[in-house]
Amino acid sequence: GQQANSLHTRAAGSVSGLHIFHKEGDHEDLAPQLVPLDYTTCPDVKVPYELIGSMPELKDNPFRQRIAQVFSEDGDGHMTLDNFLDMFSVMSEMAPRDLKAYYAFKIYDFNNDDYICAWDLEQTVTKLTRGELSAEEVSLVCEKVLDEADGDHDGRLSLEDFQNMILRAPDFLSTFHIRI
Amino acid sequence: MSESSGSALQPGRPSRQPAVHPENLSLDSSCFSSPPVNFLQELPSYRSIARRRTTVHSRDKQSGTLLKPTDSYSSQLEDRIAENLSSHSLRNYALNISEKRRLRDIQETQMKYLSEWDQWKRYSSKSWKRFLEKAREMTTHLELWREDIRSIEGKFGTGIQSYFSFLRFLVLLNLVIFLIIFMLVLLPVLLTKYKITNSSFVLIPFKDMDKQCTVYPVSSSGLIYFYSYIIDLLSGTGFLEETSLFYGHYTIDGVKFQNFTYDLPLAYLLSTIASLALSLLWIVKRSGLNQRLATEMGQHELYNMAYFWSPHETYRIENLRSVEGFKINLIRSEEHFQSYCNKIFAGWDFCITNRSMADLKHSSLRYELRADLEEERMRQKIAERTSEETIRIYSLRLFLNCIVLAVLGACFYAIYVATVFSQEHMKKEIDKMVFGENLFILYLPSIVITLANFITPMIFAKIIRYEDYSPGFEIRLTILRCVFMRLATICVLVFTLGSKITSCDDDTCDLCGYNQKLYPCWETQVGQEMYKLMIFDFIIILAVTLFVDFPRKLLVTYCSSCKLIQCWGQQEFAIPDNVLGIVYGQTICWIGAFFSPLLPAIATLKFIIIFYVKEWSLLYTCRPSPRPFRASNSNFFFLLVLLIGLCLAIIPLTISISRIPSSKACGPFTNFNTTWEVIPKTVSTFPSSLQSFIHGVTSEAFAVPFFMIICLIMFYFIALAGAHKRVVIQLREQLSLESRDKCYLIQKLTEAQRDMRN
Repeated sequence: GQQANSLHTRAAGSVSGLHIFHKEGDHEDLAPQLVPLDYTTCPDVKVPYELIGSMPELKDNPFRQRIAQVFSEDGDGHMTLDNFLDMFSVMSEMAPRDLKAYYAFKIYDFNNDDYICAWDLEQTVTKLTRGELSAEEVSLVCEKVLDEADGDHDGRLSLEDFQNMILRAPDFLSTFHIRI
Repeated sequence: MSESSGSALQPGRPSRQPAVHPENLSLDSSCFSSPPVNFLQELPSYRSIARRRTTVHSRDKQSGTLLKPTDSYSSQLEDRIAENLSSHSLRNYALNISEKRRLRDIQETQMKYLSEWDQWKRYSSKSWKRFLEKAREMTTHLELWREDIRSIEGKFGTGIQSYFSFLRFLVLLNLVIFLIIFMLVLLPVLLTKYKITNSSFVLIPFKDMDKQCTVYPVSSSGLIYFYSYIIDLLSGTGFLEETSLFYGHYTIDGVKFQNFTYDLPLAYLLSTIASLALSLLWIVKRSGLNQRLATEMGQHELYNMAYFWSPHETYRIENLRSVEGFKINLIRSEEHFQSYCNKIFAGWDFCITNRSMADLKHSSLRYELRADLEEERMRQKIAERTSEETIRIYSLRLFLNCIVLAVLGACFYAIYVATVFSQEHMKKEIDKMVFGENLFILYLPSIVITLANFITPMIFAKIIRYEDYSPGFEIRLTILRCVFMRLATICVLVFTLGSKITSCDDDTCDLCGYNQKLYPCWETQVGQEMYKLMIFDFIIILAVTLFVDFPRKLLVTYCSSCKLIQCWGQQEFAIPDNVLGIVYGQTICWIGAFFSPLLPAIATLKFIIIFYVKEWSLLYTCRPSPRPFRASNSNFFFLLVLLIGLCLAIIPLTISISRIPSSKACGPFTNFNTTWEVIPKTVSTFPSSLQSFIHGVTSEAFAVPFFMIICLIMFYFIALAGAHKRVVIQLREQLSLESRDKCYLIQKLTEAQRDMRN
């Protein structure tokens, strides 16, 4: 929240040249009792997933759990300040397309096997439509996606397939960003 | 792998291995269990990707995908990054913040070992980059209505936001057009009129003309009723007719300054041509964003495939990169090219922050996916049609298109009749008529046009249901028909006026070239018609918002018991209709800018007011439509419609500038036969070498070969684009074969290793 913003500006001031994509915004503090005001001693504070998942920017996002898992250190959704900054840095407007595509790939890879397989796709589609498409429709959609994007025809999307596909998706940059 | 590849390969379509095919399960799992993964990462091709991508130079700033290194390679990658400090900022790397901090510390310690020159270079490049970023941020702050549009985007999605950015673009375009006209035409006149500079008007009477042509009866101000002021304001007659609003005010041949004479007729014509050319260039440039993206995609596709091939083939493929034939095809097929991937991976808008928008987004995604599946089913159905069904469908479509043409013809005829009626009765004693009848006759063409534009979309929507097209094509065809209808009505109006101006009962037209009895100053009168159209359009938009949308919303909110009203529901913000409305307004502005120089300024004000009215209406009376309008396509669609409007506006302008004789009683072109004659007269004052050059360039001997060469170049590019498409398909097939070969070889290798161990 705002504390992270102010901490960041202080940190950025002292650690010059470290560019973090960031835009100022006013916010209510996320967890004032957990986050200490002084970060110079780098304390090990983790914000639990429940708080992150209830942030106004993320609470309606069907992929919030995956986002938190991808950016957290241990993959469990609890984030330190660095993870938090990382997340907003990647999700901001100014992050380059390839960086976003890389993290998007990790977010959509539900089973963390470095490939987006058909099961991952089914999970994605179900989360996007809140389970209101029939199973047959979901599998048809997944098949179509693999048809379109699977370059090496192995039945799942590798990172290269995904990045090639993202290059041709003109909406990606405008939708894959969180405004704070 | 080899067994399945033998059985399933069809020509032109490589078979895809499903991940859990029962026969291949053992092969797949052995292919990708832990030892082969290391193999994959040790392959030279993988390493060259990693190396090439980390050292890619900024030909395009966003190229070069950067992988998060796996454990065995992280230190190597970081070393490589630490080596190549010069070109890249750390931000492009997919490492987390602590690692970036460490690398930056390494960078800074390494900096000490560089010479002073290198240090200064790096420092200056960093501060230059920072300055550019700050400048870019500042310029985005200067954007008009930035906050409003962003909040609309957040609440209603990118489709509606694109409508508002389009409206903002039109405001800016009209402002710039008005500035051009102001600088070229208005400024000298105002400077002389208000005696700011020491200049005077130059008036040259034309000697050989019949006196009759120069008679311009000013409307007599007898007994002035109060409402005549209002009528004058709304129709541009009376006191407005002689103001600088209309063409007739500028009856000046030049403005004499101290050192030179400013040629006002030439400036007047050039301001029109310049504003049209600027509009064309700006629209094409703005829609060219899509083209640039498509080129980038084309280049990346070839580039990413290049590493599979030998150096010789890589070189050949690199050469193909430079040709840009991809653009057109990619744009046209972009919509179907990757529609499912776009919806799944770029469909959810991560900016959404409230519950209702999220619900809406879920339902719109569901709707879109279902519509796409429906379209797929439709495509299969079409493919399975028998020949008699095809014949039946085509004859039905022909019949329905004839009905569409008949409807269009009926509307055009109605507009023609209304214009003729209005023009004839305007000449009668209009002061003696009742107020309402007065206004009705003045506005009759506008009223008929608006009614036609209201009824015909409903007719078209009904007709297209019988034509049995796929849903996406239905929408596009209906919109195109409505666009054509809307914009052609203006042309019909202008042509009707033109025909009335150049037709006379007896042979009096030969005297001055036009009907000077009824239209002593015909340009002003055409300008008045355009002015009336614009005002009426503005009034209708305001009236519909105030008197239809707002009460509808009140009814729906407070009359929750009435089932009928709840069924009707709140107004949906229909993007195509609104876009057509503002394109219609812009077309009127373009046509009218020649006859009424202040019209672009009025259009700017009108669009500004419409922006706020529409924003207010959107926020308070509309509910978002469940049928989404994708932003990427919609920008291109809006600009395409605008381009159609521009082309349709240029036609009547060229005819009136070059064919119809300019009026001799008013305006800057009294001394010329037609408006266009200014240019040949000016050219004849140039030095003779320049003259002969210009005559050579504009003669037929030059124009015909030039046209043929341009056609040949166009055909060349189209053929090249087709060839590239085929190359891309072939390369894709080869890519999949190569990856299958790789898996097969790795599997064999692991089997051999296992046998060796046993």
